[in-house]
Amino acid sequence: MINISEVIETNKMIEREKLDVRTITIGISLLDCCDSDLDRCCDKIYKKITTIAKDLVKTGQDIELEYGVPIVNKRISVTPISLVGAGCAKTVDDYVKLAKTLDSAAKTVGVNFLGGFSAVCSKGMTASEELLIRSIPQALACTERVCSSVNVGSTKTGIDMDAVRLMGETVLETAKLTKDNDSLGCAKLVVFCNAPDDNPFMAGAFHGVSEGDAVINVGVSGPGVVKSAIEACRGENFEVLCETIKKTAFKITRVGQLVAQEASKRLGIPFGIIDLSLAPTPAVGDSVAEILEEIGLESVGAPGTTAALAMLNDQVKKGGVMASSYVGGLSGAFIPVSEDHGMIDAVCAGRLNIEKLEAMTCVCSVGLDMIAIPGDTSAATIAGIIADEAAIGMVNAKTTAVRVIPVIGKEVGDTVEFGGLLGYAPVMPVNKNSCAAFISRKGRIPAPIHSFKN
Amino acid sequence: MKKAIITVVGKDTVGIIAKVCTYLAGEEINILDISQTIVGGYFNMMMVVDVEAAKKPVGEIVSDLGALGESIGVIIRLQMEEIFTKMHRI
Repeated sequence: MINISEVIETNKMIEREKLDVRTITIGISLLDCCDSDLDRCCDKIYKKITTIAKDLVKTGQDIELEYGVPIVNKRISVTPISLVGAGCAKTVDDYVKLAKTLDSAAKTVGVNFLGGFSAVCSKGMTASEELLIRSIPQALACTERVCSSVNVGSTKTGIDMDAVRLMGETVLETAKLTKDNDSLGCAKLVVFCNAPDDNPFMAGAFHGVSEGDAVINVGVSGPGVVKSAIEACRGENFEVLCETIKKTAFKITRVGQLVAQEASKRLGIPFGIIDLSLAPTPAVGDSVAEILEEIGLESVGAPGTTAALAMLNDQVKKGGVMASSYVGGLSGAFIPVSEDHGMIDAVCAGRLNIEKLEAMTCVCSVGLDMIAIPGDTSAATIAGIIADEAAIGMVNAKTTAVRVIPVIGKEVGDTVEFGGLLGYAPVMPVNKNSCAAFISRKGRIPAPIHSFKN
Repeated sequence: MKKAIITVVGKDTVGIIAKVCTYLAGEEINILDISQTIVGGYFNMMMVVDVEAAKKPVGEIVSDLGALGESIGVIIRLQMEEIFTKMHRI
């Protein structure tokens, strides 16, 4: 039987160290909503989402109450809309209408974000995918809860540089259309390489075509728990440190697994995966940067940061896979700047720059995330940043992503407030040398040699 | 059997266990085990209970116990047992 010290330990994690389940995300296939008529298509989408996800929020709240663990977000991901709308959306406005439909469905069921206004192109863009991408700025400006993502490359196919160039322009245009809101639209737009089909985290969640009709994916979190556990390992060797991180990751993931199974049972929807990411929030004590500093760095950004992060990421995965047989999504440590007060402090003090963050993305999940850059950054430079990250993902056979926010009207030294879990961010300097001639080349970068495994 | 764990944390005062037990008896909740300890000057009590035959849904019992705790000046929680067993047992 469970003993009192174990009960106290679990409740201390929840109360003091901010252990929570970050999101229960229902993935919903909208492939059966395809239609040649736009209105009918919108109708089917709205009905399917509001039917399948109608009990999601209530179920999440019930589980939260009964187990005493916070479930911060309840969300939905859907089939990439470029596939669903291919038969009926012929203009940018048509895609914007689809986005509005998703937004109203999200509001009806009470979720705070819905992901999947997406195009998954990696070798080339179809006409429908290109149209969807061109509609993103307007779609994000006139909706509240819709998140968008675009995949531009993969290890198997190489990088579609035409899509990269277009995304540079799209990110900038999205920033301009939402400039009254500190360019907040860009916080809901991610550019991926090797995007996973089952990611429950926003803004990059979509329900890939490899998935079934509906699925429950759960994202766990708990940087504070890891930090608190390794505080007891100061001065210990790496073996002790790694063991501690693994054991903690195991415990965190088991909570996610429990919540996922319970949600799956109550909603009658199959369980998909646990995403065992360390996802920070702007709250003190809920920071990945603080873990790295506890490991032994004066500040995140110091030499040794990449190695410490690589080790942390690996141990989190090793502990997590023992706790759940189905691990997927992004799984690793997230390093979003605006959502992690340790990262924000390091940037403000000039101890962390974009180049170091780029190096860090080579060894952890995702990529350059929630980084505010000057509003006068050119589309070509943004495309260059995207291409660099995509190349890291392509060559290392891992997911990478870019979510940068060129804040219109702000420059280096200014601060941007996004609010809530999105946090706040200092505007970071970007290398001013041009890559325009490189980005203007047409076509694609071929797949790397080690992708030929057949 | 549907096991849940009740924890009571706060300053020790007369009658805490009596009040919790009275509530549980009224709701047809059977107590399987009780243990307690003092951590950092605070009273920590843990009860293992069976909520299988409880009159109310678990969510309501959680709220009732929370309110009861407030009236006594302690924190009372009820959580289904699995959150602890999943975390601490392989």
